Amino acid sequence: MWEQIKSNRLRSAVLVVFMGALLLAVGYFIGLYLIGSWQGGLAIAAVVWAVMGLVAFFQGDSILLGVSKARKIGKQDDPALYNVVEEMSLAAGLPKIPDVYIIDDPALNAFATGRDPKKSAVAITAGLRAKLTRDELQGVMAHEIGHIKNRDVMYMSIASVMLGAIVILSWYATRVMFLGGGNRNRNNSGGGGAGEMIIMVIGLLLLILAPLFAQLLYLATSRKREYLADASSALYTRYPEGLASALEKMATSSGTPVKAANKATAPMYIINPFGKKQAVNAWASTHPPITERVRILRSMGKNDSLAAYEQAYKQLHNGHGVVPKSALKTS
Amino acid sequence: MIGLFIALGVVVLLVVVFIGIYNGLVGLRNQVKNAWAQIDVQLKRRYDLIPNLVETVKGFAKHEREVFEKVTQARAAAQGAAGAGPAERSQAEGGLSQALGRLIAVAEAYPQLKANQNFLSLQEELTSTENRISFSRQFYNDSVLRYNNKTQMFPSNVIAGIAGFKPGEFFEVTSPEEKNPVKVSFN
Repeated sequence: MWEQIKSNRLRSAVLVVFMGALLLAVGYFIGLYLIGSWQGGLAIAAVVWAVMGLVAFFQGDSILLGVSKARKIGKQDDPALYNVVEEMSLAAGLPKIPDVYIIDDPALNAFATGRDPKKSAVAITAGLRAKLTRDELQGVMAHEIGHIKNRDVMYMSIASVMLGAIVILSWYATRVMFLGGGNRNRNNSGGGGAGEMIIMVIGLLLLILAPLFAQLLYLATSRKREYLADASSALYTRYPEGLASALEKMATSSGTPVKAANKATAPMYIINPFGKKQAVNAWASTHPPITERVRILRSMGKNDSLAAYEQAYKQLHNGHGVVPKSALKTS
Repeated sequence: MIGLFIALGVVVLLVVVFIGIYNGLVGLRNQVKNAWAQIDVQLKRRYDLIPNLVETVKGFAKHEREVFEKVTQARAAAQGAAGAGPAERSQAEGGLSQALGRLIAVAEAYPQLKANQNFLSLQEELTSTENRISFSRQFYNDSVLRYNNKTQMFPSNVIAGIAGFKPGEFFEVTSPEEKNPVKVSFN
């Protein structure tokens, strides 16, 4: 487990740097065409990046919970749910029990957020809560607590807030440009050659494609983390069937989208929150197919270790594994 | 001169490696201690729950005196073993689990009890407590395994031997009944 945490931390850092670079590039072109000085644009992007990063680090979880319209509950509101979260925190050895949130939405979904195991939260939709048995609820909460334990939550909140920044900046810039912005630039340079046109086209393309790039970057790493959280769930509950049957229930009604979900928060959920119509290509989806996840969990058999999950995963993927080798050794 | 530097370098390197492994061992040992404390918390939770549970069941099933006595005795025995090591303790707690299992089986025969709101919430608490005990035991045993591996594998075993790190004791499940935790739900 520990090695896995380390490699996840490194990946988070790489992702933050890449997203930051993308944001700076967007800022550069915004500066060039909308303010008339690329330095100004870079400065704006750098400030946005720093502010968003700090906000994500200190307030990311409350922003995401707020955006998702989640409300915090106490033990008296739902003793069984609360107990299950506490049980799974014990199984994972979390230093502090996560806060528990309910999202008043009939869709079937759940997510975890926070900064580190000392400051974290789990949220579940009212629809899913009502539909699960205690064992299934345990599997789902163990999956979410797996995200917290594997340090996925900080990565997810920082990445999704930065993705949000890129999306907002480029959306704003392209709108201004198409609505007749950039005039100032044309006046300044007076005419302008073919070279400038090319740069401008590249800039426009970048502004349009940046959100897509950022999202692909985000998604590529988030799918693997879903498998790892499934493996952690089996390890904590020692009962993979709980999560498997919960996932199956979610699959039957995955056509119902979560109302408050958006592109930036989608990878946080346990299954794709947009419903069936969004499942386009494997590389562009936030989550691995549910049927595949269920199949892996079911083929683990009696053994519930990370090694057993790795074995089951390999059978489905021509010998390619998903759990880091060093994590297998220590478990 | 060069020989001296090389010797010095080797010594410094050894010291650094020693410190690293030593700190790793201390970290793992602390985790074992923490996990043990957590089991303690959960077992206490169960002691606190029992009088309430017994009272509630008594209200509907006065005649099952023998069962109540068994539970009360087992609870006292378990509390008496609270300061002992994992082996002795797990014996006493196993006895308590057995007695609780019987109490729940008795309650099953009283339909009014099963409909009682107070009993239902106690039932959820008992389910959760049993789960907490087994999950914290699971985490404790995993921690002990990791710590013991470190104290027995080369090269950390050398340092563990010098610094006196003793292997941890597992919290084993003793009775066969306890391997199948108390089933508290009625279906």
